[in-house]
Amino acid sequence: MISIRDLHVEFPHRRGLVTAVRGIDLDIHPGECVAIVGESGSGKSVTARTLVGLAGPGAIVRSERFDIDGQDARRFTDDQWRQRRGGFAGLILQDALVSLDPLRTVGAEIGEVLRVHGHRGDRAARVRELLSTVHVPEPERRAGQYPHQLSGGLRQRALIASAIAGGPPLLIADEPTTALDVTVQAQILALLAERRAAGETLLLISHDLAVVARLADRVLVMRDGLIVEAGETGTLLSAPGHPYTKKLLKAVPSAATRGKRLGGTGEVRPAEPPGEAVIEARGLTKRYGKHTVVADVDLTVGRGEIVGLVGESGSGKTTVAQLLFGLVAPTSGSVTFEGAAWTGVPERRRRALRRRMQFISQDPLSSFDPRWTVRRIVAEALPRGAAVEPLLDRVGLGAGLLDRHPRQLSGGQRQRVAIARALAPRPSLIICDEPVSALDVSVQAQVLDLLADIRATDGTALLFISHDLGVVHHLADRVLVMHDGAVVESGPVDDVFRRPAHEYTRALLDAVPTLETL
Amino acid sequence: MIVLRRLGAGLVVLWVAATAAYLALLAAPGSTVDSIIGDGADTPLIRSQIVQEWNLDRPALLQYLDYLWRFGHGDLGRSYLLQRPVRDVVGDQIWPTFELAIAAALLGIALALVLALTTRRPWSRRVSSTAELVLVSTPPFLIGLVLLSVFSFQLGLFPVSGDRGFAALILPAITLALPVAGVLTQVLRDGLDRALEEPFVVTARARGLRERAVLARHALRHALLPAVSLLGWLCGTLLGGVVIIETVFGRPGLGQVTLQAVTSEDMPVVLAVVVFSAAAYVLLNTAADLALLVIDPRLRGSTS
Repeated sequence: MISIRDLHVEFPHRRGLVTAVRGIDLDIHPGECVAIVGESGSGKSVTARTLVGLAGPGAIVRSERFDIDGQDARRFTDDQWRQRRGGFAGLILQDALVSLDPLRTVGAEIGEVLRVHGHRGDRAARVRELLSTVHVPEPERRAGQYPHQLSGGLRQRALIASAIAGGPPLLIADEPTTALDVTVQAQILALLAERRAAGETLLLISHDLAVVARLADRVLVMRDGLIVEAGETGTLLSAPGHPYTKKLLKAVPSAATRGKRLGGTGEVRPAEPPGEAVIEARGLTKRYGKHTVVADVDLTVGRGEIVGLVGESGSGKTTVAQLLFGLVAPTSGSVTFEGAAWTGVPERRRRALRRRMQFISQDPLSSFDPRWTVRRIVAEALPRGAAVEPLLDRVGLGAGLLDRHPRQLSGGQRQRVAIARALAPRPSLIICDEPVSALDVSVQAQVLDLLADIRATDGTALLFISHDLGVVHHLADRVLVMHDGAVVESGPVDDVFRRPAHEYTRALLDAVPTLETL
Repeated sequence: MIVLRRLGAGLVVLWVAATAAYLALLAAPGSTVDSIIGDGADTPLIRSQIVQEWNLDRPALLQYLDYLWRFGHGDLGRSYLLQRPVRDVVGDQIWPTFELAIAAALLGIALALVLALTTRRPWSRRVSSTAELVLVSTPPFLIGLVLLSVFSFQLGLFPVSGDRGFAALILPAITLALPVAGVLTQVLRDGLDRALEEPFVVTARARGLRERAVLARHALRHALLPAVSLLGWLCGTLLGGVVIIETVFGRPGLGQVTLQAVTSEDMPVVLAVVVFSAAAYVLLNTAADLALLVIDPRLRGSTS
């Protein structure tokens, strides 16, 4: 179906060419599901887009062979490429909120494919049919709605409907579930499996081995524009040959990796048993108008303890963080921090204790002043005159980065700077809101190792907010599961995740794609 | 609901404008009667007429309320200089100005759309950007004079001055439209550039859409959003522009009326022009807000 030899893709840049793909071979046979897995910058997305002739502006594509459906695509004219797009291959991107035109109705977006590919007959009826195919309830009503009016799962289904509208034999899905909650992700993966059963060929692009594991026949592991390893899925996952594949697999946090280092080898230094409560919340409730965002949450984090707070988007976990941090006042309930009343007291009284509680966000870039250097960012949090270097050294950053600006750092480096800044005032508690969600798995491994080290050496308590159950199971001592603003279950992480008592926890756990069940 | 709120806000702006104009009249040096007469004939009869018309012998609050009441009903008072009701003075001259402003606006918008959509390739884009910059930074009267000297004096294609039908409208409209087109083209092009970076454009291209269709069906709507927000600015530019353009081209119109009223201190006419400008501004801004609601469903704020 697709046969490519020695594919190179380069982009013109201010100083010469930047190579995104440097010589890969790719074969896709009808009816199979192939997955390309790699971290950011590996060239996996560029490869996917090159298959539909959309490598990007100014891209230089070279290859020894580039056959699409038996024809030489190297000689395709613009018109020939256009016929293939949507007709031969449908493209599904991440996050339909931005991948569907936000100013047009879902029906118009799907109908557009039909129009371009010369669909005869009643277009509106076909749109409804397509929406039903991807299991969108009330297709009539949904077709008239805009992407922002649909839930994440529904609009991803609508995006899939638009990709299959032209009846393409090949579906290319580039991170199709990355922006979704785990339960929704499971549904979308099931839908993709269904498309495959219906005879379509699938090319999956993902950063997550676990996501593609159940679906793919073959997996190609990409790094720096090269395929480092390719093989049948089961074999590749159980007996990886290339060191990079091994490293990737080892870096995935899960129950099995508890207490071990994800990045290097060996164990994390065991932590002292948790001490007295650092922060204690009782009956925490927050209402906005009639809407209850947080309902009666009790939460305690002991000295040196890591408490995980898991839940899907909209479950209220970030609001809990804001309440604990004293950024918003609770409607009712109270928080005690280091033995002193934290809610209901004037900010003047809280200020002295503020340094003892620090915060790390998912996106540190927006929490830095873009004009400041790393040195200034960290020094601001330190006592006057204290040296910055030892702190950077602790989070594994060299002194060479001191005079860089946040934009000049990689995602992992930025998160380390954020951690260094949080550590500077020697806090007793760090609230981490999705601190590793935006990071590649190998970088995530390093940051998780670092957090575990910090807890073990300093006895710093961590409240670790995450949607990723694997990460929480790897790192946390205790876990609280939130759903619709309330804590539905809590306890030691092994008890909760291995013997879930609440049906929501069970549903959440079932939805998580894991490598272990293979 | 949103529509009602915008209209309500518009009324408030109008009320503030009318009140500000009224306060300016009261605060002018000398007696209010003197201000209203301006350079007009000053006789005891006229003075008593003015006192009666503006209720100057009654309490201040009543004067003000009566003034609002009259304005609300379209009674803009009487110009004692021109010996005519202000409504007639403005009403007579509004049409030529309206004609000119609409023609210029339509021409400017059309030009901007065509330029922004057709100059996508690097070299044409560079040429167009340079031209826009020149147009934006050249004063309109200069453009007008250049156009006049070339097309009217040298080539004799268009009448030099006056308001004699369509031919006389062309040069003034172009003069007023060029700077508008310059600014709008830049805003539209910028909007197109940003829209084309969005992921949904990749999706649209992956459907097999032609580049033209990607631009027209997807990117353009996104680019229109910032451009539509500029409608209020457009109104200000056009109103300010007509005063100059009508003088350069010797056209009758509101600009001429304003100029004369200001130089001869004909306060009732000045007041009417101020409130009229505010009304036009409010009208266009409200229209812009409503147009944004039509273009961008996310602003309608109803999620289900």
